[in-house]
Amino acid sequence: MSGHPTPETGQSPGGRHLGELKKGERARVTGVDERGVVTTLPEGELERRMIEMGLVEGSHVEVLHEAFPGRDPIAIRVNEHTLALRRAEARAVRVAPAA
Amino acid sequence: MSVLDSALPPRIALVGNPNCGKTALFNALTGSRQKVANYPGVTVERKIGHFVSPLGRRVQVIDLPGTYSLRARSPDEEVTRDVVLGRFSHEDSPDLLVCVADATNLRLNLRLVVELKRLGRPIILALNMMDAAEKRGCRIDAAALSAALGVPVVPTVAIRRGGVQPLLEQIDGAMAMATDAAENPASCGWSEPSSRDLRAYHQEVEGLLAGCVADAGLPPLATRRVDAVLLHPVFGLAFLFLVLFLMFQAVFAWAEAPMNLIDGAVSGLKDWVAATLPDGALRSLLTDGIIAGVGSVVIFLPQILVLFFFILVLEATGYLARAAFLLDRLMGGVGLHGRAFIPLLSSFACAVPGVMAARTIENRADRLATIMIAPLMTCSARLPVYTLLIAAFVPDRPLLGGLVGLPGLVMFALYAAGILSALAVAFVLKGTVFKGAREPLLMELPAYRLPNPRDIALGLFERAKVFLARAGTTIFALMIVMWFLASFPGAPEGATEPAIQYSIAGMIGHALEPLLAPIGFTWQIAVALVPGIAAREVAVGVLGTIYALSESGDALQSSLAGALAASWSLPTALSLLAWYVFAPQCVATLSVVKRETNGWFWPAVMFVYMITLAYGASFITYRVALALL
Repeated sequence: MSGHPTPETGQSPGGRHLGELKKGERARVTGVDERGVVTTLPEGELERRMIEMGLVEGSHVEVLHEAFPGRDPIAIRVNEHTLALRRAEARAVRVAPAA
Repeated sequence: MSVLDSALPPRIALVGNPNCGKTALFNALTGSRQKVANYPGVTVERKIGHFVSPLGRRVQVIDLPGTYSLRARSPDEEVTRDVVLGRFSHEDSPDLLVCVADATNLRLNLRLVVELKRLGRPIILALNMMDAAEKRGCRIDAAALSAALGVPVVPTVAIRRGGVQPLLEQIDGAMAMATDAAENPASCGWSEPSSRDLRAYHQEVEGLLAGCVADAGLPPLATRRVDAVLLHPVFGLAFLFLVLFLMFQAVFAWAEAPMNLIDGAVSGLKDWVAATLPDGALRSLLTDGIIAGVGSVVIFLPQILVLFFFILVLEATGYLARAAFLLDRLMGGVGLHGRAFIPLLSSFACAVPGVMAARTIENRADRLATIMIAPLMTCSARLPVYTLLIAAFVPDRPLLGGLVGLPGLVMFALYAAGILSALAVAFVLKGTVFKGAREPLLMELPAYRLPNPRDIALGLFERAKVFLARAGTTIFALMIVMWFLASFPGAPEGATEPAIQYSIAGMIGHALEPLLAPIGFTWQIAVALVPGIAAREVAVGVLGTIYALSESGDALQSSLAGALAASWSLPTALSLLAWYVFAPQCVATLSVVKRETNGWFWPAVMFVYMITLAYGASFITYRVALALL
């Protein structure tokens, strides 16, 4: 499983992000880029947290559950573990269809 | 410092991700030979214990809060970082780090191991929950992993008897090496990793997994199936509210019998002392001051334990994280983080552990908002006052065809008033002083597990110890002070009023009376509120003294209820109930807020806002009740 070492090169224009996946959809992470996500965190912090929680280039994700109301936050499977996050921040994770 | 030239026992620290079974491992190593430094939250305090290694070496072990990285994001993770890096001025860094990894979830756990390795300190990797990993079809080559990482790797099963034996054997060997290493300390190679470093760690972990794990096993299907129901937008929320409902039922139902036992024991002791000692100041101090006062607090122990039993079990099963997930959006409506659910739930037992549990909230504004509203949750110390006033003033009338009684409904309304006002205060705070977006939610949902009875029992034992220690020190001292204020100076010759009228407490009460008259409080209430500032529940005992009643416990409750019903008006009683929903009458809470926020500013804000709310609510309640009734 070899990922793209830098987020800049892993980008495919017009690609989707994790925040727009529906329940049951599977995908592969192609990049983490926090630009465009409103957050209280200092610059670069959200990206680092995402990587620490396993959301890094090459990881396999699947949306398992959606909370109420507004189908938000979501619970996703990341390789072997399950992670809860809000759709707003999930926008920082770019994905491509699972191979 | 070398372990040899030191008189202190060698120290090891347990470090690992949250939910990796670290606390279970700590319990397996130390048994009951452990203590917490302060009032415990939900595993946010640093716990210290000791054990004797197979070679007869006494080893001190520290259980550190779980973390995903050394880049501490919340106050409890800062504790972990500072202990591991030896940044605390009063202690050296540990001689050995035991890195605990959940074998069923190696990828995330190994990331932290790779980061810790950069420290250049002696490390043992404990692959915990190996049984679960094997059951899942996961095959880990521990020897290969050890060779690849360059640190000893031992499989452990913390919840099985003898399951930590391989770790104990390894510790002796590692201790000897740690001694050598301490003489030539490697320079600390840790600096805060950039996202590029983190990706490199990740690559390293992928390499380790490829070389040492033949089969990562399947993610637990059972957890996924259970979550399909428990995280369902409708059924999941319904189940959560059912759990909370059962919990509060149990707090009352299960605790009743042991509370009666404690009550009987306290009265028995009081009678025995009264019969044994001659009449005088000493007898009065022992019976009216210490036994009655401390007894009135100890009686809550069963309720607190039942509540913590539920919290510990829910946490051990992995459900609490799900509750935070389910409530994140709803609590977000008032600007709170889903994680605030756990501190607020603890606050129903007592705000002190609730305020401390807020340490797991990363963002300072979110954390302060949670701390500020925690005391509005109806803690168990308010219960005796609610029970007393409801018994005195609310007729036991069945409603809805006998399904609920009016007293139960009033009790529910008081709880609801606390919760709703907390949400309203949070909304105001997040819209003004704590403005800004919420901290992101990035929370692991651990696989469901059966709680281990030993870990639950040790957790409860710890709570009981801390609570009784508090009753034996702070409250004990306050009781003596209050008894003194209520007893001196004594009543003059030929006095017709109860003696407390003439005491210092009586004078303070009379001085406060004009201030409290607009909200309908009598001077007796004013006197009872003076010690009630220290601890809410004490007010009941003081009212008993004022109305010159000699009974205690249940008998006091029923005869006091009669006396109150005869001498207070209904608007006054309602006003006092409203006061109790809001009033900041707890020195312990204010002092823990001071400690957690490092200063007097926030406890002062809390005191002022709560007393303002209390006065306002009482004033409105009293005036409306006067107009309507």
